[in-house]
Amino acid sequence: MSFPWAKHYEPKQPLMRWLDEKLPLPRLVYGAIGAGYPVPRNLNYFWNFGVLAGLALVVQIITGVTLAMHYASYSGGAFASVEAIMRDVNAGWFLRYAHANGASMFLLVVYIHIGRGLYYGSYKAPREMVWLLGVTIFLLMMATAFMGYVLPWGQMSFWGAQVITGFFSAIPLVGESIRIWLLGGFAPDNAALNRFFSLHYLLPFVIAGVIILHIWALHIPGSNNPTGVDVKGEQDTVPFHPYYTAKDGVGVGVFLLIFAALIFFSPNLLGHPDNYIEANPLSTPAHIVPEWYFLPFYAILKSFTADFILPAKLWGVLAMFGSILLLFFLPWLDTSPVRSANYRPKLRIALVVLLVDVLILGYVGGAEPIARNVIMGQIAAAYYFAHFLIILPWISRSEKPVALPHSITAAVLAKHGGTSPGHSALTTDDALTHNTALAN
Amino acid sequence: MATDSMVPPGEDPAPFHDDVHDPRRRDFINIAAVAFAGIGGVAIVLPLINQMNPSADVLAQATTEVDLAKIEPGQGVITTFRKQPLFVRNLTPKEIAEANAVDISTLRDPETLAERTKTGKENWLITLGVCTHLGCIPLGIHEGDNRGIFGGYFCPCHGSQYDTAARIRQGPAPKNLFVPEYTFNSDTAITVG
Repeated sequence: MSFPWAKHYEPKQPLMRWLDEKLPLPRLVYGAIGAGYPVPRNLNYFWNFGVLAGLALVVQIITGVTLAMHYASYSGGAFASVEAIMRDVNAGWFLRYAHANGASMFLLVVYIHIGRGLYYGSYKAPREMVWLLGVTIFLLMMATAFMGYVLPWGQMSFWGAQVITGFFSAIPLVGESIRIWLLGGFAPDNAALNRFFSLHYLLPFVIAGVIILHIWALHIPGSNNPTGVDVKGEQDTVPFHPYYTAKDGVGVGVFLLIFAALIFFSPNLLGHPDNYIEANPLSTPAHIVPEWYFLPFYAILKSFTADFILPAKLWGVLAMFGSILLLFFLPWLDTSPVRSANYRPKLRIALVVLLVDVLILGYVGGAEPIARNVIMGQIAAAYYFAHFLIILPWISRSEKPVALPHSITAAVLAKHGGTSPGHSALTTDDALTHNTALAN
Repeated sequence: MATDSMVPPGEDPAPFHDDVHDPRRRDFINIAAVAFAGIGGVAIVLPLINQMNPSADVLAQATTEVDLAKIEPGQGVITTFRKQPLFVRNLTPKEIAEANAVDISTLRDPETLAERTKTGKENWLITLGVCTHLGCIPLGIHEGDNRGIFGGYFCPCHGSQYDTAARIRQGPAPKNLFVPEYTFNSDTAITVG
């Protein structure tokens, strides 16, 4: 696969040898996520989040398929069937809370995964395709999450569907026809609910397919690492298994602890009480807000309050979609040859400011549209675009990076007091232990 | 001919003679076959797209009749038209005067009250109760609702303000509340749609 020193699969059992000749599936797994995949030796815990996202998808598919055994995608019965899942179905409450909070965990993990990519320059050559596929997965996840939120057919479900399909009516001339075509009616109703259910069931498997492409594209150059320096030789890598399967295991444990805390102690923390009221097309909730993971984008949508050449509504919709589509151009907006922000002092500051900016957008997205919040949202939305379109290209031209380590191994050993590969971290640690033992 | 010996028994030797046969005949058959399959493919996509349009039962609910007899001036009722809220409002003379006093060149979506109502029935304002911003139901049809600063409708979602002719005056909505097609069956009854 990626490096010439990657170990090759050698089946020892006769049965496995027989299987390897007919269908080399174990060989594929071994090379993809086993000892056959050499990975930089210096990955930190931020590299757990890809595996955690995969785990979250598996949780969503398993809980989702089981929930679908009890759910009725009929506008007259959907809400009641969800209540029946909560009250009557054996362990139904657990499955539903796991699925609802699993979506939040999935998005949380993916946001950290994207942030890791932004900080360590994982979107840069030669990993542009990995990044493009990743943004595609993110878009598919947003569509899936939105359609899933409609299925319980509560007030927030209904009005969320009304508002989000309303985006399409902002398109000049054909917008209203597109909206009616998407909904199969003039307002969200049975037709819309059924097609959302169908697509909500389908899209996770499409996501799984794009994830396979994402990992495939990753395995051609191999994983990035916190220094951003290329792998130079075998001493820079360790096999994925057992080193990173073990490290990922730690992350999986923490993930499951937080997930369990949400499910068992605060299952409705991230939900809205209004969604426990059945959908009513004749009554808008006082305050429509999307789920937390869409709030920054909702704030960008709300930032446009005055017409300028195009109607304000169209600007809002264009900016909201643009804020995500912009990420597709990121590998070419940042022209710096240095990947990791650890060695890019200006970018490091800009990324911290961007994080604060997105958090402000998140706050504004969920807040009442009073004047102070609207202005704050407008400034934050403008800054979001400025970061990618002005600040980042400017930084990549003007910044003087800090000296990079010569290799991954050199960086690792420098951390442990050694300076050359001959001066091993292991011996230093051993000497320390030895001295401590002597002192005792 | 040398090529004759290469032709399998029973095959027509003609295609093997470059000099006697135009090779574009095969290209033509190739393009024709692919184009035929392509058109067939498009023909199959059409029903797959069209199935998502509103079905017959949804379209069957496309008209609504409203009895106006019991709506006093200053009152309004909310009913449904195509599963969407429909506002039927009997404007007071004061509200009509307020709507007519506005200079329409200052409006975002310029329309007079007369253009939004039927001749001789200017007091009957029939609009969808769907905010043209993102589809929330504006407040103001029920007595005691917040009618906003222009006395018409106020959308609580993003703060759009409509006047007594349900025209957008302030906030993010781009258009006036939509006036659907309707006809007066008698002085006290309308059919919408």
